[in-house]
Amino acid sequence: MAIFGNLRNHPHWLETAYQLVEKIFRIADPLIRRIGYKRVDRWMHLPEKLSKGMLFDCQMCGQCTLHFTGMTCPMTCPKNLRNGPCGGVRSDKTCEVDPEMICIWVEAYERSTKMKVYGNEIHLIQPPLNQRFAGKSAFINELCCGDNSAPPAWKPTKGTEILL
Amino acid sequence: MKENRSGSTLEGLLKSGQVAVTAEVSPPDSANPEDLLKAARELAIVSDALNLTDAAGANCHMSSIGACALLAHEGYEVVMQMTCRDRNRIALQGDLLGASAIGIKNVLCLTGDDVTIGDQPETKRVFDFDSIQLLHTAKTMRDESVFLSGRQISASPKLFLGAAVNPFVEPIDFRPLRLAKKIEAGADFIQTQYCFDIKRFQDYMETVRRLGLHEKCYILVGVGPLRSELAAEFLRTKIPGVVIPDALVNRMRKTPKKKQREEGKRICVEIIQKVLEIKGVAGIHMMAYRQEDIVGEIIEEADLLPRPDKEMIQ
Ligand code: SF4
Repeated sequence: MAIFGNLRNHPHWLETAYQLVEKIFRIADPLIRRIGYKRVDRWMHLPEKLSKGMLFDCQMCGQCTLHFTGMTCPMTCPKNLRNGPCGGVRSDKTCEVDPEMICIWVEAYERSTKMKVYGNEIHLIQPPLNQRFAGKSAFINELCCGDNSAPPAWKPTKGTEILL
Repeated sequence: MKENRSGSTLEGLLKSGQVAVTAEVSPPDSANPEDLLKAARELAIVSDALNLTDAAGANCHMSSIGACALLAHEGYEVVMQMTCRDRNRIALQGDLLGASAIGIKNVLCLTGDDVTIGDQPETKRVFDFDSIQLLHTAKTMRDESVFLSGRQISASPKLFLGAAVNPFVEPIDFRPLRLAKKIEAGADFIQTQYCFDIKRFQDYMETVRRLGLHEKCYILVGVGPLRSELAAEFLRTKIPGVVIPDALVNRMRKTPKKKQREEGKRICVEIIQKVLEIKGVAGIHMMAYRQEDIVGEIIEEADLLPRPDKEMIQ
C-alpha cells in the first residue's frame, strides 16, 4: 500500500495518467456508444472501482472530480464536501469529524498547487452530486450523460481564477 | 454593490456604509415562545439583526425557521441560519420559499457541524448540498425565479444571502480563495468564525483586499467574550474551528478567577475595536452563548450604541 500513498504525493503523475485515460475513453467513445454505455459500464465497474479505490480511496460517486480537487477524492470527506473545506479543520490539520485523518481538503489544496494541468480547477464551483450516477463508472457517466449531470437550472460559474 | 434586492434592513444598513452589529440567539429547548422572546428582546436593543442558529453543534433545539418566524412576526430583523446537515435539496428549497413568505429576509447558508459532535451522534447525516451549492441554489431561486429543476417559481424569495468563513484554520492560503468562491456562488454578506487572532485576521484581510473581495460582499467579524480561562480552553480544544492564541489564554490565566469574566469582556471590546479599524470590515457578529447578559455592555463599551433606527433604513 505504501506505493499508493507515495503516488498520491505525486499528483502531477496522477493527473497525467488521468488525462491519458480520459483521452482514451474519448477516442473510444463511438465504439463504446455502439456497444452500449450500460454494457460497458458493467465491464468497467470492477476495474474502475479497484484501481481508483486503491489509488484514491474512491467511493464510486460516479461523478469524478479528482482533477478538480488535487487528485484527492472529496467523497472521503465525512461531509462529502465538493467545494472546499468546512470551518472545522483542527490546528494539526486533521478533520473535525475524524481526528485520525488529515482533512482531505488540506491535502487537496496542497496537491493542486503542484499540478500543472488541472491545478487551477480547484477554484471552480462544483454542482451538487447527481445521486443517480452513484455506483456507476464515472468515465462512462461522463461520456453518456456528462452534460446533463448538473440540475437543469444550475448555471456553470466561471470560477475564481483571479489567483494570487 | 447593487440595489437592495431583499428589502432587508440589514442589507439597507450595510449599503448605507454604517457599521452593522448582528447577535446570535440560540433557540430554546422549549415549545414556549416566551422563552425565545425573552432571549431575543435584550439582544435586539443592542444589535441590528439576530442570527438564529440551526441546531448548532448538531444539538437539537427549536428550529431556526420556527424561531425566525416567531421573531419576524414580532417585528425583529432576523438572520435564519440554514445548514446542509439535516435536509436534502427538496427540503432546503422549500424552506427558502417558506422563510421568505414568512417575512424572513436574511439567510446564512452553512455546511453545518457534524452529527458526531452533537448529543445524537447516531444520526444519519444528509449533506446532499454543501454550503456553496446551497448559496448558489438560493441565488438561482431569487434571481432566476426557478427551482434547480428549472420549474418556475411565481414569486421568487427575496433574500439577502450570507455565508460563513473561517480565516483561522488550515488550509490558510486557500481560505481567501474559498471566500471568492462563496461570493461567486451568491454570498452578499459574510459572518466569520470567532476572531481571537487579530494578526491572522489582518493577514487574511490583506489578501481579501488584494483580490478586491471586500468590495463584493460585506464582512462581519465574529466576536464573543471568554467567560474564564477554562471556557477558553474548552472553546479551543472542544469546538471545531475555534482558534485562540496562547497569549490570550495566558492573559486569562493570570487574571484572578473572580475577575476573569471582566477580563474576557475587556478582551472582547479590544478585539472589536481592532477589527473595526481593518479596511474592508463592515461590522461585527456577536456570539455570546450563555453570556447574552453582557452583550449590551460590550457593545456600549466598544462605542457602538445606540444602534441606528431601523425605521430610517431602506
Ligand atoms: S475537516 Fe476537512 S475532511 Fe473533515 S469534514 Fe471538514 S472539510 Fe471534510
